[in-house]
Amino acid sequence: MTAVAQQGSGITAGRLPRFSAAVLLIFSWLVMAGLFLILLAAGTMDEFSVVGTIFFGSVLYAVLIFAISSLVEGSRKAKDRLATALVTAAFTLALLPLISLVWTTVSSGIGRFDPQFFSFSMRNIVGEGGGALHAIVGTLIVTGLATLMSVPIGLFTALYLTEYGRGHLARAITFLIDVMTGIPSIVAGLFAYALFSLLFNDPGIRFGFGGAVALSVLMIPVVVRSSEEMLKLVPNELREASYALGVPKWLTIVKVVLPTSIAGIITGVMLSISRVIGETAPLLLIAGFATSMNYDPFRERMMTLPVFVYTQYSNPGTDVGAYLDRAWAGALTLIVIVMALNLVARLIAKFFAPKIAR
Amino acid sequence: MTASTASAPAAKQRPGDRIFSGITLAAGSLILVVLAAVAVFLVAESLPALDAGPDDTKGADNFWTYVGPLVFGTLWAAALALVMALPVAIGIALFISHYAPRRVAQLLGYIIDLLAAVPSVVFGLWGIKVLAPSVQPFYTWLSENLGWFPLFAAPVSGTGRTILTVAVVLAVMILPIITALCREVFLQTPRLHEEAALALGATRWEMIRTAVLPFGRPGIISAAMLGLGRALGETMAVAMVLSPSVVISFVLLQSTNPTTIPANIALNFPEASGKFLSVLIATGLILFVISFAVNAVARIVINRRKAFSGAN
Repeated sequence: MTAVAQQGSGITAGRLPRFSAAVLLIFSWLVMAGLFLILLAAGTMDEFSVVGTIFFGSVLYAVLIFAISSLVEGSRKAKDRLATALVTAAFTLALLPLISLVWTTVSSGIGRFDPQFFSFSMRNIVGEGGGALHAIVGTLIVTGLATLMSVPIGLFTALYLTEYGRGHLARAITFLIDVMTGIPSIVAGLFAYALFSLLFNDPGIRFGFGGAVALSVLMIPVVVRSSEEMLKLVPNELREASYALGVPKWLTIVKVVLPTSIAGIITGVMLSISRVIGETAPLLLIAGFATSMNYDPFRERMMTLPVFVYTQYSNPGTDVGAYLDRAWAGALTLIVIVMALNLVARLIAKFFAPKIAR
Repeated sequence: MTASTASAPAAKQRPGDRIFSGITLAAGSLILVVLAAVAVFLVAESLPALDAGPDDTKGADNFWTYVGPLVFGTLWAAALALVMALPVAIGIALFISHYAPRRVAQLLGYIIDLLAAVPSVVFGLWGIKVLAPSVQPFYTWLSENLGWFPLFAAPVSGTGRTILTVAVVLAVMILPIITALCREVFLQTPRLHEEAALALGATRWEMIRTAVLPFGRPGIISAAMLGLGRALGETMAVAMVLSPSVVISFVLLQSTNPTTIPANIALNFPEASGKFLSVLIATGLILFVISFAVNAVARIVINRRKAFSGAN
């Protein structure tokens, strides 16, 4: 390969040909595959590992490209090639857990991802059977209530920050919202518990609405952040045109600013829902867990899907397999919901975004 | 109303305006109230914990000796996760901002963001079923060959459910947020700085080292701190994967591991009562203070950086 490079003349002299990186990468993988096959034949290894082949092949590639490139192109170019290899490796490394996680969830969860799972609760179920209908209904009620509380507060706060807020108060709110995004979810759960147990003087209090309050503590800052970004994107010319026509400020906001940014705001709200719908810890503390249907968020314990997954895993009965299967089916349902929310949110953002640049 | 008052020369406050701005102000102030309420109610519920005795703290002498190992475990797990996640996150951010083709870069960003959307309870299940068994042989190897290094001391846990596994799961969970912030910062690098470096003959890596990374350093630091804040508060993955015990120990691969504050709360809260409940809430308050401090510092660094980013 070095010979090929040195034959070049003029501007490409002393450089590796363009395809050399790809060829070298495939070469390294093949070498490693060969090595592993030899080890397999010798009985040192039990089975052929694809991940191992690609991993060690990539390591070999990094070493080879660095060595060859520093011989042919000099050390600066070699470092550049090494950096490219490492940066690409970092990205691939991050994909591994994602792929593995999605694959595991789908393959383990698909077994119980059946109509029964979506039409039965866990009332009087020991061992096989049963489903997560009570948990799904609970999740919908709790998340829905949290959304109902967070969206108005979050949206109006964002409006305050973009349209009205000046000075110390606005700066303090912006700062505290940024800090609030980092509140650990379990602290939100503890807060809701402390609030309601003091309010109703009941140290064992568990109910769905408390979970909704805890979730909205987590959700409000996300809604504010995303809505604020979207409202800032609305061009000032639109507002000024509206003022010039004599429209009051509040009507300008309602009729001009909000309709222009509504797609982005909806996207932000959906993303914030997808963030809190998988929260387990706060709901474990304040909504508790149950095995029966409960439609009333203000009374009694209410099961939610993440807590369902957790309790199925942590309190298996005698028939462990059935409980784990249900846990995985619940996890699959959660992933499907979250991914769907994400996808729809991105699509809305893409297709309904205001055309600002012309 | 709009037509009749439009001719007034001075901006007149209409009732609609006053009501509307009042509502927005109330909503904004509510945020402050909520944050204050979180602090107040947690303090109120955790006051009884201060004079808790051995009966209420599962054998610890008083509240502080109970919470000490938990604080240590929380910081230790989060720090390990950060050490693993930060280089990878910077690499991904660079890949998306400076290496990947423009057209697919945004899509790749979405894919990384999907990691952030996976619920933590699913990460917990995955950690137990896939990660722990698959790293266990590696741990054995590590302990056999590098056992002289204090962190890898034997005996190795047979299940792989150690603090190192937890840190790997946490690292995966905080990758997206660090990546997203680093990516933003790297994209803000002034075009002219990059082009100047390239024009002087720098390779792409030299351009990144001389133009992009120095420009983004404050951003990287604050992204790391936000990631740390996330890792500190992560509950379910730790609670499910770790086999906990209340000890202070730096050892990574053994089966006695320090647990973290949130995991400890999640595991004990459903059955807790009386004073132990206040003890748990008090540990939550300490967690709140720690993560508030970490996040506040990170945000201050970011905001200070914002002020002069335009002039650069």
